[in-house]
Parts: sequence; C-alpha cells; structure tokens
Amino acid sequence: MALVPIFRKNPEEALSIKGEAPIKKKRRRFTWDDFELTLLSLPTVVWFIAFCYIPLFGIVFAFKNYKVKRGKGFLYSLFVNSKWVGLKNFRFLFLSSDIWNIFRNTLCYNFVFILIGVTLPVALAIMITQLRSRRLAKVCQTAVFMPHFLSWVVISYFVFAFLSTDMGLLNTIITSLGGERIRWYQEKAYWPYILVFINTWKTFGYSMVVYMATITGIDQSLYESAVIDGATKWQQCKGITIPMLRPVISIMFILNVGNIFSTDFGLFYQVTRDSGSIIDVTQTLDVYVYKATMESNNYGFSAAASLLQNTLGCIMLITANLVVKKIDPDSGLF
Amino acid sequence: MSNPAAKATLRETGDGLTRFNGLKPLTNAAFSLLFIVLALITFLPVLFVFMISISSEASIAANGYSFWPSEFSLRSYEYLWQSKDYIGRAFLNSIGITVVGTCLGLILTSTLGYALSRPNFYFKKLYTLMILVPMFFGGGLLATYMVNTQLYGLKNTYFALILPGACSTFYVVIMRTFFQTTIPDSIIESGKIDGASQLRIFVQLVLPLALPVIATIGLFFTFNYWNAWYGAMLYLDSNHRELFPLQYVLISIERNIAFMAQNEEFLSEESMANMPTESMRMAIVMVIVIPIACSYPFFQRYFVGGLTIGAVKG
Repeated sequence: MALVPIFRKNPEEALSIKGEAPIKKKRRRFTWDDFELTLLSLPTVVWFIAFCYIPLFGIVFAFKNYKVKRGKGFLYSLFVNSKWVGLKNFRFLFLSSDIWNIFRNTLCYNFVFILIGVTLPVALAIMITQLRSRRLAKVCQTAVFMPHFLSWVVISYFVFAFLSTDMGLLNTIITSLGGERIRWYQEKAYWPYILVFINTWKTFGYSMVVYMATITGIDQSLYESAVIDGATKWQQCKGITIPMLRPVISIMFILNVGNIFSTDFGLFYQVTRDSGSIIDVTQTLDVYVYKATMESNNYGFSAAASLLQNTLGCIMLITANLVVKKIDPDSGLF
Repeated sequence: MSNPAAKATLRETGDGLTRFNGLKPLTNAAFSLLFIVLALITFLPVLFVFMISISSEASIAANGYSFWPSEFSLRSYEYLWQSKDYIGRAFLNSIGITVVGTCLGLILTSTLGYALSRPNFYFKKLYTLMILVPMFFGGGLLATYMVNTQLYGLKNTYFALILPGACSTFYVVIMRTFFQTTIPDSIIESGKIDGASQLRIFVQLVLPLALPVIATIGLFFTFNYWNAWYGAMLYLDSNHRELFPLQYVLISIERNIAFMAQNEEFLSEESMANMPTESMRMAIVMVIVIPIACSYPFFQRYFVGGLTIGAVKG
C-alpha cells in the first residue's frame, strides 16, 4: 500500500498508469523549491544585471555628445545634459584618418591568428599523441602549456629582454656577428611577424591540449580495426582522428570568427610598449577604444567604435555558426 | 613469458596497438626533436629573465642581457626586500585579491550552475537566456568604465579589481554541465525526502561530490586574478599605490623607469644611488612567474578536465 507511490515518479505518470488521459500541461506553478533555488542564485543574477546588463544602457554614449554637469550625477549628465547627436559620432569616426588602418590591422591579424590557430595546434596535437615516449610527450605538453598561464604584462618583459635596443639578446647577437643594432620598438616592418609569433607562442599550447584531450578520448578500437585493415598512419589520421576532431575544431573556429573584430589588448598595447612609431601596424580596435576612453577622453568615438565592434562581432558569430552548420549539421555552437 | 628479456621488450613496446601501430623510429625521432625544440622555445624566455634578475648591474651594462652574466648578484632581490613597504604590499594585494576573488567567483558560479542544473527550475529558460546574451553583446569599455566608476563608485577600491571578474557565462555553463551529468538525481531527491532545503542539499550533498569541478573553476579564477592587470590600469590612480597588485607595479615601473628612485620613503638614501633598475624589474617578473611556474604542472590536469567538461554542449 505504501509502496505504490514510490514507483510513481510524478502525478502525470501515476494517472496514465490508471489509464486516464494525462493532465494537460498547464503553466507550471512556482513551488517552494523554485523559491529556494531563486534565492540561492540571486547573488549571481544580481551580478549579471549589475555588470552585464546595466552597462548595456551605456550604448547611448555612441549617440550622445557627453557633457558633464558639475554637481549633478552621472545619469543626469548622460541622459539630460548631453545632447542627442544621432550618427554624428560614427560619421566622424569614419572620417578620422587612422580608423581604416585600425580595421585593417584588427581583421588581418585575426585572420592570420585564426589560420594558424586552427591548423598548427591540430597538427601538433596529432603528432604529440603519436610519440613513442609517453614521458617525453607529457614533459613537452607541460612546457608548451605554460605561456597560457602568463599575463601579457609578464610576456612584454620577456619580449623586451630579447628586443631591447641596448641590452636585448637579439641585438647582442646581431652586433657580435658584425651587424648594426636594430631599434626594434621603432621599426614598423618587423612587428607583424613579431606579433604573430608571440601570439602563436602564447596560445598554441593551450589549443594543442584541447585537441589532445579529444584525441585521447577517441575509442582505441577504431584504430585497432584500421590497423587490421592495413591502414597507414596517414590514412588513420585522415579517416579517424580528423573527423573525430571536427566538432571541437568547428567550435573553436566559430568562437574565433565571432571575435574577429576584437583583439587581445595586452598583446597590442603592452607587448608593443605602446610605441608611437610602430602604431600604424599595431593599433587595433581595442587599443583605439582604450586610448579614446582613458587618454584622449574622446567618449563619442570610443562608444561608437565599441558598438560597431560588438554589432559586427555578433553578426560574425551568428554567420559563422550558420555556415559551419550548413557544411556539417552536427557541428556548430548553438 | 618467463623470459625476462621478452618481458622487457613488451614493457618497452607497450600493448599490441602501439607495437604494430607505432611511429617508425625515424619519424618518431623527428617528432621528438620538434617537440623538444618547441618546449625549449616556451621555456627559455623564463630562464632568460631569471638569469637577468640575478645578473649584476655592471654585467648588464657591459654585455647587455645574457644567459650567462659575467657577474652574478642577488642585489635586485635584496632591493625588493628593502622596498617591501611597496613591493611586499603589492604582493599581499595580489594574494588577497586572488583569494577573495576566487572564493567569490566559486560561490557565484556554483550557485547559479546548480539552479540551472535542476530540470524543473522555474526560471531555467529565463536564466539561461540571461547568461547567454552577454556572450554576444556587451556595453563596451566606455559604458563599463562609466557605470563602474560613476554609478557604483568602484574607482580606487579593491572591489574594482575583484567584482567585474567574479563571474562568467563560461564557468557557469561548466558548473551546470557538471552538476547535470555527474550528480545523480536520486541524491537530491533523497535530500528532499529528508526535508532538507535546497541550500542544505547544495552545501551538504552536492558540493562534496562536485570537488573536481570546484577545483577546476577555482584554478581558472586563481590564475585569472593573479594575472589580472587591466582592471588596475582602468580603475586605479597613480596616487593609490597601496592598492596596486604586482602586475600593475610592473606596468607602473615600465611607465616610469626611475619610479622607485622617486619614492624615497621606500628606500634608504645610500641604496638609492646604486639601485639595480634593470635586474630589479626582471626580479619582479620572477616574483610573479615563479608561483605560477611551480604550481601549474600539478594543476594542469584540472584545466584539461575543465576544458572537456565545458566542451559538452547543452
């Protein structure tokens, strides 16, 4: 008698057992359980509203000419005291001479980063899982993972140790070979290569580990049967490993494409030491936004550039996801 | 298999698959060499900066930075110790921010992650939407900066360095996925039958089972806070030195090389004259890097674990 309810998971099921029509799904009631869970998650919800949603109202900066009214609060200054200027901020942003340069840098660097970031770590991950010595693989994996844990500030010092004009290792080597000292932080020509190298140096270990985790999770019997059928290493890689990696690769790819309008501020600001003479090839949207906000107090431009960056990024993310899903319906982020 | 030699060969070649499907010795050697080179490329800069930090100033002036200085010296570390009112304070700031931030971050991510993992939670859809939107859209730097400084008054406070980074969609999703996949429903049901509140179920039943994901997310937070510098750059003024974390000290020194020399209160007069500026900067770098370099090899499996949990869609 008391046993019966234990076998019934929920009322609907209980009723259907009796052969009656299940209760029509109506709007779920808010139970005591829900109340407790809501209370439990309240701090996080407050955090999301405070730090993700309230700043969204700041988008109006892009359409305003922000003027501070002394003695009044920030909200009064923004909403009452500042005039609506429509798209003027955007127009002037595009009239400024360096904005095209900035867009070019942002897109080109990201394009190269994605290209390298998708191919190199996959290749290395496949190679490192093939090494005969497990111990060597483990040691190397640990070593190349390290830059992921270092901040750009620290890395900027590493770079300085090599590139400093007076004391850097590269110049010491160049002069000892009889060459001229190179003023690295003043020469534009080298920086695209330097930045690509440093970014690859910092990120490839992390991506490699992500792919490795997937590769080691692949069912070994697939490879066994492939070996029995006489498949070569290359065929196994093409026929088993890469197809199994495809979902992870496409997720990483979509995320990267969605971020194609944003760059690592640390890489382009700290590592270049904000050097003025190489700015043509190092300034990206994020650096521009930072400088417009913190250094030149050019609020309209900063907000306009941010809004543009956000909107374009959002469109890119959705497009990339659509394209990937079209090619391979099982992949895709959402 | 009584023959010890045969046993040894088996041990070397491993199981059948590696034996028949291993790389050819030459390819294996080439791959091994490649990875040794890669490992050296990632590791050598750390060693290099360490060698600079223990070079004497005279040696740097004469030969530049080098892997093997002509004269070793621990002066830079002595100076760091002497200026402990400033550097030591920054070190403690970094530790404090990391500890408080990590705890807060864990509380924020795990509670919402747990609520979202309950299949019947009333706000499940709404909250999921709420955490997903910020992944697509944000207010931008200016809006964030203005709201944080003007509306919340976070300028020049520790809160500015802790609060904005205390939660993220990614970590909440990892938490939720872990709770969904590894905590059996029966445990939560049994708690409910015993009349426990959700808070009690969460703290006493769920959290003890969730230690792996707590460790993973905790480490993510720890490294994030230890490495954070952008918040300090945005929200701290140069006259609030007592709030500086170590990373920001490096940036300030960068901006003003003679920075320490100007702060007479930190250093005694005679020591100012021959301060090892070059090696000292690198010594601060080492103070930041050494805790990371010594600890991450033990923690890296949690990182990998976290990445694979997060990769599960849902």
